[in-house]
Amino acid sequence: MNSVFRSTARCLRSATWQYKTAHKNGELSVGRARLMCSSAGQKNLEEMVKKDKVVVFMKGTPAQPMCGFSNAVVQILRMHGVDNYASYNVLDDQDVRQGIKTFSNWPTIPQVFFNGEFVGGCDILLQMHQSGDLVEELQKLGIRSALLDQEKESK
Amino acid sequence: MLSSALRCLRPISSTLVLSRPLAHHMDPSVPRPVETTIRTKLSKALNPEHLEVINESHMHAVPPGSESHFKVLVVSPQFEGLSLLQRHRLVNETLKEELSTCIHALSIQAKTPQQWSSNPSLAKSPPCMGGSRHDHTMAEKLKAGRD
Repeated sequence: MNSVFRSTARCLRSATWQYKTAHKNGELSVGRARLMCSSAGQKNLEEMVKKDKVVVFMKGTPAQPMCGFSNAVVQILRMHGVDNYASYNVLDDQDVRQGIKTFSNWPTIPQVFFNGEFVGGCDILLQMHQSGDLVEELQKLGIRSALLDQEKESK
Repeated sequence: MLSSALRCLRPISSTLVLSRPLAHHMDPSVPRPVETTIRTKLSKALNPEHLEVINESHMHAVPPGSESHFKVLVVSPQFEGLSLLQRHRLVNETLKEELSTCIHALSIQAKTPQQWSSNPSLAKSPPCMGGSRHDHTMAEKLKAGRD
């Protein structure tokens, strides 16, 4: 939580001159400060993670991952029959690469989002897969995991 | 015939193993500042019952002796009641400085003492796909690790 406050404070410091002007004009409002905080880049990322049910920021593409950890995420999603997800190759865009780390306050790639909410990286997705939690979370998104059908067939 | 050929090769291969110098990551005399820092910080912050800090850089497309890719196993009662994400965030926060400078990849296994005792195993990391080879930001990180 502290890091969220610190990054918010950094945001506010950089927008101080606008804030002071607003104060002088008597236009103090938290809403305005929040608007000043979010840059075009951050707003864009917010749209990106909310646009699709499953969003992955990775190195490379699902067809050609460029990193073992990103590949693991792709393979896990594939195992569950999740093929229709949005993926963004951070190697193509350094702004997105750095921006997403700041956005989710998470230092590494890959990053997985479900319904606009940050889920975690490769380790977390793998553990969710192993524990069965991933099937449940996909169900909440309205996605039926292919593993459920595999289980049915084997019975 | 194959088995006799193998018998011939075996003594030669063992001689080769003896004369080959220890790989960087196995050589105890090589300094490991980043690994030491990780160990110290995690010990202090999370008071773990069990801690493993493994330098996996040799498994990736970086020069020998790099300290860029790590796997940590932390077993701590402080993880009780925390979700996976919360646990990982705790570890990330502890190693914030290193993650923003020299650590390129950090694999985390964060378990409670009960989870660890019921399953004392460390998950294997996925194989490298050579991404670091094409990553121009790696040079900076590797330098930060050495300085």
